[in-house]
Amino acid sequence: MNIIVCIKQVPDTEAPIRIKADGSGIDDTGLTLVMNYYDEHATEAGLRLREQFGGTVTLVSVGAERVKEALRTGLAMGADDALLVSDPALAGADHLGIARVLAAVIRTLPHDVVICGKLSTDDNAATVGAALAEYLGLPQATAIAHLEMDGAGAGAVVHREVEGGVEVLAVPFPAVLTVERSLNEPRYPSLPGIMKARRKEIKTVTAEHLGLAADVGMAAARATLVRLSPPPARKAGRIVEGDADQAVAAIISFLKDEAKVLS
Amino acid sequence: MSKDVWVFIEHAQGTPKKISLEMLGCARRLATALAGSVVAFVPGSKVDQVAAAVGQRGADVVYTAEHALLETYTTDGYAAVLADAVRAESPAVVLAGSTAQGRDLAPRVAARLGAGIVTDCATLDWREAALVATRPMYTRKVIGTVRVTGVPCIAVVLPAMYPVAEADPSRRWEVRRRPVQIDGKAIRTSVREVKTVHRETIPLIEADVIISGGRGMKGPEHFVILDDLARALRAAVGSSRPPVDSGWVPHDYEIGQTGKTVSPQVYIACGISGAPQHLAGMSGSKLIVAINKDPNAPIFQIADLGVVGDLFEIIPKLTEAVNKVKAGSHG
Repeated sequence: MNIIVCIKQVPDTEAPIRIKADGSGIDDTGLTLVMNYYDEHATEAGLRLREQFGGTVTLVSVGAERVKEALRTGLAMGADDALLVSDPALAGADHLGIARVLAAVIRTLPHDVVICGKLSTDDNAATVGAALAEYLGLPQATAIAHLEMDGAGAGAVVHREVEGGVEVLAVPFPAVLTVERSLNEPRYPSLPGIMKARRKEIKTVTAEHLGLAADVGMAAARATLVRLSPPPARKAGRIVEGDADQAVAAIISFLKDEAKVLS
Repeated sequence: MSKDVWVFIEHAQGTPKKISLEMLGCARRLATALAGSVVAFVPGSKVDQVAAAVGQRGADVVYTAEHALLETYTTDGYAAVLADAVRAESPAVVLAGSTAQGRDLAPRVAARLGAGIVTDCATLDWREAALVATRPMYTRKVIGTVRVTGVPCIAVVLPAMYPVAEADPSRRWEVRRRPVQIDGKAIRTSVREVKTVHRETIPLIEADVIISGGRGMKGPEHFVILDDLARALRAAVGSSRPPVDSGWVPHDYEIGQTGKTVSPQVYIACGISGAPQHLAGMSGSKLIVAINKDPNAPIFQIADLGVVGDLFEIIPKLTEAVNKVKAGSHG
């Protein structure tokens, strides 16, 4: 089975985020960058499919040279190959632009299934997976929490958490899947895996290689980040210390008089 | 291009979802700025009742798209009818909810139409021929302002950002039925079933009050005291990440970076310390009450009312007191 996993490099969610003075973006000096949390689950899903059906797991990403570090994390987990699309012409691309680049590179590779995280923890957009499926002309199943392959590997039955229930969906392959964190428990990179990943050559291609230079990037973007600002500050309010009855009285009057959700 | 603002309506059992009604309010603001109409787009198999409900709550025009193959949501079926309708009518803006359906559908339709898309929007405005959205980013440590241009602009809207209008049966609205042609073979996925998860409390996405438990709940057996309080307050029950990771509650309880984003009128955090990953999902709540034994818990730095105490003693008494208040006002 030819398995493609899409990877994004993002700031560690525990890291403090500093906004650039002009608000145009975040200041990434000294910022710890890691593989997007959900992409670890996507990589794990890919590795398990390979264990079941054989084949290869190829990681793809779009971004600057240093994104190779995130790809090496996936290689250390056990992926076979990694490919990075890196091109200054891609600066300012919106999510659909990135999805078009991924689609273009994935079209050059044999693919039976394409797996993405359900969203990335930096911008929370949850846009690229479904857009990628459209550009590739493939069916999709997003935010899957359970995956069961049919015996031949021709398709899968997946569970999606929907509001108030679980949707059980049959998806024929090739398909694009985006994964929820409850799908699996990602493995840790092994020491031999880390050593192997270090030596592995990661191929880089440009947008021009893919024949895309003009129609992705800033000029083609329909959605543009105008500015970043700090969230409205929340102040600590009243603190009640005392026995349970005093606490209950304080909460009741808060719910009645301030929140007005109790009458 | 028309100046209309469309809302993709989600519904079940003949009733629109709360988030869809919230978006009608958001759409009205945008339509006023554009000098256009609020249009509800209602796909399904039999949707007359839903069409009337959205007409009463603010839609000027309701487009229905009825077909037996649209009985259940599928990406292929719904993307086809929505994309066709948008191509034909060319609205300025299309809104969908940040739900399992909205997040599945909107990016696919945007890609098909070559439309700009912004997701998880907290606010939306129409300014200088563009849709301007604000949205939480980077674990809600940052608010991003995003400008979308082109026709249409597609936005996926977070729950609880706009109030639901009162139903007004005397409003006038127009229902237009869109012809639907779908080839069954074009729907490549098939929904085997939708298992309803039975909960005694209301869903997180629909709640004005959310009661949430953390590591301080000490075990799955204690969540029942949150359920009792939730029933008394007509609230939903959620959790931070540790109870999910410990297997005390299912994943769909989780609020935070790796769970849901909520912003209820009141969020009551019980035994939750307030890790950044949790704040990412709830610090947009209008008011926050925190109950925690540890006076140094970070949650107290953002709580409007902080209660230092033993939740196992306080919650049952609080439930009793809430029931007393309700009995008093109704008796």
